[in-house]
Amino acid sequence: MQNSGFDVLLSLNNMRRLMQGLGVTLEIALISVMISIFLGVVYGLIMTTKNRAVYGLCRLYLEAFRIIPILVWLFLLFFGSALAFGSDLDGLLVSVIVFSMWGTAEMGDIVRGAVQSIPIHQRQSAEALGLRRIQVYRHVIIPQAVRRFVPAAINLVTRMIKTTSLVVFVGVTEILRVGKQIIEFNMMKNPMASFWIYAFIFIIYFILCYPISKFSKRLEAKWEC
Amino acid sequence: MAFNWDFIIKFLPNYGMATLLTIRLAAFGILLSVLLGVSCSLVLYFRVRVVGAIVRGYIELSRNTPLLIQLFFLYYGIPKLGILISSHACAIIGLTFLGGGYMAEAFRSGLESVSKAQLESGLSIGLNSFQMTRFVIFPQALSVAVPALGANCIFLIKETSVMSIIAIQDLMSLTKELIGMYYNTVETLTILVICYLLLLLPVSFLFLFIERRLRYAEFGL
Repeated sequence: MQNSGFDVLLSLNNMRRLMQGLGVTLEIALISVMISIFLGVVYGLIMTTKNRAVYGLCRLYLEAFRIIPILVWLFLLFFGSALAFGSDLDGLLVSVIVFSMWGTAEMGDIVRGAVQSIPIHQRQSAEALGLRRIQVYRHVIIPQAVRRFVPAAINLVTRMIKTTSLVVFVGVTEILRVGKQIIEFNMMKNPMASFWIYAFIFIIYFILCYPISKFSKRLEAKWEC
Repeated sequence: MAFNWDFIIKFLPNYGMATLLTIRLAAFGILLSVLLGVSCSLVLYFRVRVVGAIVRGYIELSRNTPLLIQLFFLYYGIPKLGILISSHACAIIGLTFLGGGYMAEAFRSGLESVSKAQLESGLSIGLNSFQMTRFVIFPQALSVAVPALGANCIFLIKETSVMSIIAIQDLMSLTKELIGMYYNTVETLTILVICYLLLLLPVSFLFLFIERRLRYAEFGL
């Protein structure tokens, strides 16, 4: 059989480098997700306010991230920081900041939706039973809100993982860039390398995101009643 | 900070061209993904064998991988098998591959929301399956699917921002080029944001308006 070029994936060294690249991608995603969950809960609770001015500001922040593509935000921070500080911020840092800002906005909206989806009579009944404010939250609001929050939040995590592929634009050495380097290195002796490498990265992303999104759907179905 | 207006005026036509290109790619991509999505959702709805399994696999594949990776595979991977695709075709195919999965899910949830009573009533007055689909199922499914459809359209337009990676002269590649050549960072980034706002705000408001109109239909139920 003619050399199919598949052996580019069998090289232990190549595989190790690709996995290291994947590690960088996951690191960015993980840190951003953590920050987003933490800040998102705070942001979401602020958004449930009745103060129109505060709500309007929060809403503006959210819509800014919904309307303008994440890649544009990456550019804004990456090139903008170069202008503001004279030297550009590290692409990794810029990515974490942008993904955290975006994640906070989206996570906040999920929290807001979850809290507001609980019918007012739940709170009123709890108060009528004589529960204190903290008990109302502890035993009535939070358990119900969590069931609405978790599946949507997990879904957002897969979106964030997928979006981390954009960090290659701001010069982060992640899986795609490593793949490119391997392909360029093997250009002469293995012209088929690009097919296998990109197919591999494609599959990796699928293996990463599919179980998570499946899990989120299962939870949603289970808790929906 | 002094704005270099001469610079802006000089390169405004380039930004106009790039925006138009984005609109064209997005329009083709959205149109084709709606067609693909509708077909896929109908296959799933009518439980067509074998094809149904393929469609389900496709939907999961397209929804669980980033467009950027899909494009890399399409543009740099597939040609190694001897199939050459131009960058524009590649952009539209990529967008359709991604969008088809999302649109299929949107339509499927719409189709599933049509109640069984509607189907049975339709059958009992003697509609055939084409008439059922055309007059009973589709109009109701569509009005349920519209919010998700709108979100998908905006999502797809935003996703076009990665097209510069496959040598498409869009807003992002223009911005990067101009920053690299002239260092007019503030001006270029400002126009970039304005172009995207001009592109996306009208679409966003349009769907808000349509959604509000469709809510009237619910009162009849």
